[in-house]
Amino acid sequence: MGEGVAFYLLAALILACGVAVVTVRSAVHSVIFLVASFLLVAMLYVLLHAEFLAVIQVLVYAGGIMVLYLFVVMLVNLKRAPEQRVDPRRRDRLGILVGGAVLAELVAIGLYAFMQPLPASPPAETVAGANNIERVGWLLYTDFLVPFEVASVLLLVALIGAIVLAKREL
Amino acid sequence: MVDLIVVPLLKIVVLIVAVLTAVAYMVLLERKVQAWVQVRLGPMRVGPHGVLQPVADVLKLLIKEDITPSRVDRWVFTLAPIIVLVCAFWVFAVIPVGPTVELFGREVSLQLTDLNVGLLYVVSIASLGIYGTILAGWSSNSKYPLLGSLRASAQLVSYEVAVTMTLVTIILLTGSLSFNRIVEVQRDMGVWFAFLQPVAFFIYFVGGLAETNRAPFDLPEAEQELVAGFHTEYSGIRFALFFLAEYTNMIVVSAVAVTVFFGGWLAPFPNVGWLSWLGYIPGWMWFVIKVFGVLYAFLWVRATFPRYRYDQLMRLGWKVLIPLAIANVIVTAAVKVWWLS
Repeated sequence: MGEGVAFYLLAALILACGVAVVTVRSAVHSVIFLVASFLLVAMLYVLLHAEFLAVIQVLVYAGGIMVLYLFVVMLVNLKRAPEQRVDPRRRDRLGILVGGAVLAELVAIGLYAFMQPLPASPPAETVAGANNIERVGWLLYTDFLVPFEVASVLLLVALIGAIVLAKREL
Repeated sequence: MVDLIVVPLLKIVVLIVAVLTAVAYMVLLERKVQAWVQVRLGPMRVGPHGVLQPVADVLKLLIKEDITPSRVDRWVFTLAPIIVLVCAFWVFAVIPVGPTVELFGREVSLQLTDLNVGLLYVVSIASLGIYGTILAGWSSNSKYPLLGSLRASAQLVSYEVAVTMTLVTIILLTGSLSFNRIVEVQRDMGVWFAFLQPVAFFIYFVGGLAETNRAPFDLPEAEQELVAGFHTEYSGIRFALFFLAEYTNMIVVSAVAVTVFFGGWLAPFPNVGWLSWLGYIPGWMWFVIKVFGVLYAFLWVRATFPRYRYDQLMRLGWKVLIPLAIANVIVTAAVKVWWLS
């Protein structure tokens, strides 16, 4: 009961923040709303007993990446959105395409969940909070070792790319 | 019901009142310590030896006019000091002030909540506090605050890496991120981590100075260059919030340092016979004494060292502290894997 109320409250707030991100005028305000929605998503994770994920969400997304976003937005100092040079019809078409894709994905997920309903309560071992971090660590370094390493190499490539772009002469 | 709502609420009230009082007297202590170092008397007028000075300061800040400059971003300008202060207070939720005690026939742990990700929680909340600083500088719509906040956020982001790395070594030693567990491991091993991990402690202390914008790393509010840095345009009670947050953050850094490196509420020398009377002093008292000791070190450093240049600060952070912290993690992990198993 309480969890349900909390979930719907959080979900409504997340959606409200999401709408605010794309509708407010100032870019800095958008970033603030985006941070707020990240924090609310972190609360959703807490509701699911995934404390580790929640803290990582705050640390990496809300605390790390968005600070850099804010940096960029502040330095570029966009008072209003840049003049649109693209053909408005093309923009609309693109918007319909992307929106349709997201909608299709959501419907697919909904259908899948409908066809294969999850067990009412998750298995006990995933709920045990005490070993939350340990379990994530085990999974990362056993079952998901290759994706994990690939992701880290990807980040390294991005890092080197940024240095190459930023430095005139190496 | 009582355990779920009343007890935590009482704990929160006690914590906030205690921290606010501590902050008020930190300001006085800072002025006094600086005065002693410089062979002056410090504040002497309000009350005997100036002990009522904090009261006078608070009253003054409360009744001062709160000016909002005309071309600021009003919402963000109001939000920024709130973010800074709230983030500073949030951290106290996981700090264990003492062991479980019996109070009015009820077991009460002197900790708001024992999160199993406590250490990461502290780091993540600290990273949120940066927003207050950046937004304050941006929303003021003025050049000194903007420069100050850019400096502050660059400094905070870079020193955060080193500090987090030192905490990783502690996680390696304890195998847990819960503060309570960290204290217990120090008790069981019979050594405080400051002595087991002196390099980590040094990096943490230096990083802590930088993260709280304290001298010698108080570049974000270097008076000679930036007036007052990111809070130049703030006045009255909103300035007071920033002031409060800065000192609260100092207490936060000290409290985490005490918990992680100085055994939290543990009494020193439990194994020395003729010092066993130290164990009769309650745990929370030891905690307060130790926090006070670390805070004193903060003030001492401020009175002793000149301010760094900005490039020196960045070089120290990226080229000295972070590699040192990473090397420390690797050495600790290697010792743990090959030696202790």
